[in-house]
Amino acid sequence: MTTDMLGKRVKRVEDQRLITGKGRYVDDIKLQSMAHCAILRSPYAHASIRSIDTSAAKAMPGVLDVMVGADIPYNPLPMAWPAGGSAGLKNNVNSPRALATDSVKWTGEGVAAVVAETPEQALDAVEAIAVDWEPLPTVVDAEKATQPGAPQLHENAPSNIVFEWSVGDRDGTAAAIDGAEVVVRQRLVNQRLIPNPMETRGDIGWYNPGTDEYTIWMSSQTPHIQRLLLAAFVMGVPEHKIRCISPDVGGAFGTKIFTYADYPIVLLASKRLGGRPVKWIEGRRESYQATIHGRDHITYLEIAGKRDGEITGLRVKTYANLGGRLSTIGPGIPTTLYARVLSGCYRIPHVFAEVVGVYTNTVFVDAYRGAGRPEATYVVERAMDLFAAEIGMDPAEIRRRNFIAPDKFPYENPSGLGTASGGAKIYIDSGNYEPALDKALAMAGYADRAAAKGEARTRGKYLGVGLSSYIEVCGVAPSKWIGAVGEGWGAAMWESANIKVHLTGKVVVTMGTQPQGQGHETTYAQIVGHELGIPMEDIVVQHSDTQGTPFGYGSYGSRTSSVGSTAAIKAAGKIREKARRYAAHMLEASVDDIEVDGAEYRVKGSPDKKKTFQEIAFALDLAFDAPEGMEPYLDETAYHDTPNCTWPFGTHVAIVEIDEATGKVDLVKYVAVDDVGNKINPMIVDGQLHGGIVQGVGQALWEGAVYGDDGQLLSGSMLDYALPRASWLPNLELDETVTPSPVNPIGVKGVGEAGAIASTAAVANAVNDALKPFGIRHLDMPLTPQTVWKAMQAAKGAQA
Amino acid sequence: MIPAAFDYVRATSLDDALARLAAGGGSAKAIAGGQSLLPLMKLRLARPETLVDIGRLAELKGVRRLGDGRVSIGGLTTYDEMLRDMTLHRYGLLADALPNIGDVQVRNRGTIGGATAHADPASDMPAILLALDAEVVVRSVRGERAIPIAGFFQGAFASALEPDELITELRLPGGREDLGSAYRAIEQPASGYSIAGVAAIIGARSGDRWGFCSVAITGVGEHPYRATAVESAILGGASFEAAAAHACDGVTVASDIHADREYRAHVATVQVRRALEAAAARLA
Ligand SMILES: Cc1cc2nc3c(=O)[nH]c(=O)nc-3n(C[C@H](O)[C@H](O)[C@H](O)COP(=O)(O)OP(=O)(O)OC[C@H]3O[C@@H](n4cnc5c(N)ncnc54)[C@H](O)[C@@H]3O)c2cc1C
Repeated sequence: MTTDMLGKRVKRVEDQRLITGKGRYVDDIKLQSMAHCAILRSPYAHASIRSIDTSAAKAMPGVLDVMVGADIPYNPLPMAWPAGGSAGLKNNVNSPRALATDSVKWTGEGVAAVVAETPEQALDAVEAIAVDWEPLPTVVDAEKATQPGAPQLHENAPSNIVFEWSVGDRDGTAAAIDGAEVVVRQRLVNQRLIPNPMETRGDIGWYNPGTDEYTIWMSSQTPHIQRLLLAAFVMGVPEHKIRCISPDVGGAFGTKIFTYADYPIVLLASKRLGGRPVKWIEGRRESYQATIHGRDHITYLEIAGKRDGEITGLRVKTYANLGGRLSTIGPGIPTTLYARVLSGCYRIPHVFAEVVGVYTNTVFVDAYRGAGRPEATYVVERAMDLFAAEIGMDPAEIRRRNFIAPDKFPYENPSGLGTASGGAKIYIDSGNYEPALDKALAMAGYADRAAAKGEARTRGKYLGVGLSSYIEVCGVAPSKWIGAVGEGWGAAMWESANIKVHLTGKVVVTMGTQPQGQGHETTYAQIVGHELGIPMEDIVVQHSDTQGTPFGYGSYGSRTSSVGSTAAIKAAGKIREKARRYAAHMLEASVDDIEVDGAEYRVKGSPDKKKTFQEIAFALDLAFDAPEGMEPYLDETAYHDTPNCTWPFGTHVAIVEIDEATGKVDLVKYVAVDDVGNKINPMIVDGQLHGGIVQGVGQALWEGAVYGDDGQLLSGSMLDYALPRASWLPNLELDETVTPSPVNPIGVKGVGEAGAIASTAAVANAVNDALKPFGIRHLDMPLTPQTVWKAMQAAKGAQA
Repeated sequence: MIPAAFDYVRATSLDDALARLAAGGGSAKAIAGGQSLLPLMKLRLARPETLVDIGRLAELKGVRRLGDGRVSIGGLTTYDEMLRDMTLHRYGLLADALPNIGDVQVRNRGTIGGATAHADPASDMPAILLALDAEVVVRSVRGERAIPIAGFFQGAFASALEPDELITELRLPGGREDLGSAYRAIEQPASGYSIAGVAAIIGARSGDRWGFCSVAITGVGEHPYRATAVESAILGGASFEAAAAHACDGVTVASDIHADREYRAHVATVQVRRALEAAAARLA
């Protein structure tokens, strides 16, 4: 008898190997005759390269090759998602090359690559390369970069502007604001973050001279997309001549979606060595300068409404720092994925957003856990609190007052994708926001907060309570949107699954998605086990290799559980249908009379006339008795293009205490009520929420990339970039409401980003709430002891 | 994150280690727990030609009570071993500080000798040794000498230690029943080092006066220092709060991306007050 594991807290099948050190990451792969690559990175944030002398490096022990920009015969890396999509808005594009040729635009841009017998020799030789630099003036702040007199990075980008994009109803919003009873304005900085997956990036390139084929092992979220982009845009090699393999990937958070310079470098290096594989592994400090950063917005916010709490308009102007050159989908993040969900879970009739993408002498910025949506949530959730404070309303009440009502779905928000030119109309398909808010308030003891604040004061502490009600766009995305002219990136986003049932009844599920630690090998087995009525143990889930998996767009945007799972369910359905037809043949019944119950295929009305799934698989594999016209073997592939995104939501509540003497903030309680629809594995959902929440708290309280004015990354290592630690956090109290998503058969929505989207605003709101007695309206993150103490001092000085 | 090439030798005895350091003439470096030296080497900020591994020299390990009542901690004793040692439990300031230094791995490997020799301007143990008025016993092929801690720290990563010398022992006063001690720090969240860390010992109260006060501060100046102005204010009858205001007297206060001068100086005074309060509370 099979136990159906769908929806159960099943332990992850990956964990045995991953937590006992038996995982196989790129750096664990050691190939015969493998050489090692190290990259010389610019010490300047902005400089011309007068000349590069590699002769000393070439003469160093073990050195096999040294390449500079001029040696790379490839195109620059592709930029695949301009602002406004392919609709024609001007984007002043400057993409990185594999190695810089004339100039560098950020500290850490690659300028030369050494290949040697050992990694040590490669690094030693990197130090022996002499570059004649001509340093140029620098700018690191996106707003300042657009002002007259700022250093210019690129000839084709006057005022360092990549694009000026806007969305929503300009005039209507202006009228709403001009005529409003109350308008609140605030400048908000959403600081730059440095992602820190446990495994840094790395790759091994291997050119096979016998077949003229390239293979690359890469720590990537998107092996199929990388093959496509490397082939079609960078290397000019036919797609079928490149194979991309992503073995175990030790975390990514978005950073491993993109095309990086090291991919073509290791492949070319291997070719130049006549086919010796070449490995490059990124160091942690190197990662801080070679892999994308996240966020980095400066936003001018205006929110308008009535004294009774009804919000009537929201207008923002955002400067989005995109770095020195553009990463793969850099411009798409602060436009489509940000401004189009700006109004969050609120029914705001007039919304207008203007986004200026800007070049600065910093590392390129792209999608980082949440990608645009945490920035949007931060804006609207700070806005709600600022407005509530202005009119003297309870922050919970103002949210409740403005929620999109449950009977208004499907809902089209005024800056949403429904208003995009061309492509599909994307609408918010479902939601019921108030029950999640109520549950979170009850769990947090919200009603008693005045007493809690008073009690904290007796201990020299200021207590603050912060709310964050959010929605998220997950399960990206219908190809009729993302693939169409309009705001899409000009490629599709369907998913794929193949299921093979072997003679012994064991099942191999092969997916186009690509896990980075989420537990896909577990969740897909739960789903397919449920669909076919077989135990999880009989299923193995494979992924990660363009040779052997059906094409898929990979895993990001919380899309796997909605889009990937549906492909798996469809493939299982095809398997079941064929098994049913064959069962009819075996049982000498008509197909319509076969009923399926788990792994049992029975003739209606004659319960002892039945075959098991395993018996059917066995017979259909041997195939000597297959009926006319039926192909042998159970092997089915399905592709799924989702009709819509999914829309998780919820309310988080953070309670903080501030030490008046030092300004130190302690997060003392955290409550999260999330509606992620039905759950495939609630334990994995909890884990995703834990990690996401902590990442968001990290932004509110501790994390932040700090650049000097000269473009040096001062927070250049873990010694200076503060990641959250478990001991700094309270127990996270999670609960749920369940509104199944209508867009997929399981009713799941996706949960990879939800925690990070909600928590930053909750904690920031709590700190700002705690500081109200000082008359402080708003502080920018990270809310470090120094920032908080100085604000309290300034306020005390002003009050005195 | 790969160090430049170096030679490695494992010392077989203290004398062997000292001979190798002497022979290296500055290009050889001792490695104990490696918790400070290895990160520097991986960043290629330190490039010793030879590493002399003293990590297994049992003769440099352990805590014992000396005939004169003082307590001796072997230079190679790890933080974790100190945490577990019953003799050291009576030092309130050690009990406060040790569990918060680094993480489990750092405490398993990091040694008191390494922390002292490294002379990091923000590390915790130097402040504690200063407050306790410890003695640093060092040895080289040239012989043994005892350096009073008061003159040991001379600058950022600079101390009275010669390149061929090893710290064999740290000697602490035996501990008095009429004194209480405590350690309070505010940490730089990324590194865990102190933005301001304060070791305080106070006691010998008679009437309304304190007869003893010792306060040392790390993370604030060029090197950890005794806050003598605080001490004399306390001995002169000032309140903790008033005395704490002198925490940075005569000191060039450090500034970095985590804490500027103003904030660092301020939290130094807060931690001085809190350390004094906690030390005094232990007396009661
Ligand atoms: C992640 C991390 C977190 C940390 N957090 C903290 C913290 O919160 N607070 C804090 O105070 N410190 C902290 N440290 C630093 C740690 O305390 C020191 O690195 C450690 O105690 C040094 O001892 P070691 O044995 O590892 O020295 P090593 O790294 O082996 O050596 C350091 C230096 O001392 C010399 N040396 C070593 N032993 C001797 C000896 N017996 N005689 C003479 N010279 C010697 C070496 O030649 C070298 O120059 C942290 C370190 C890490 C890696």
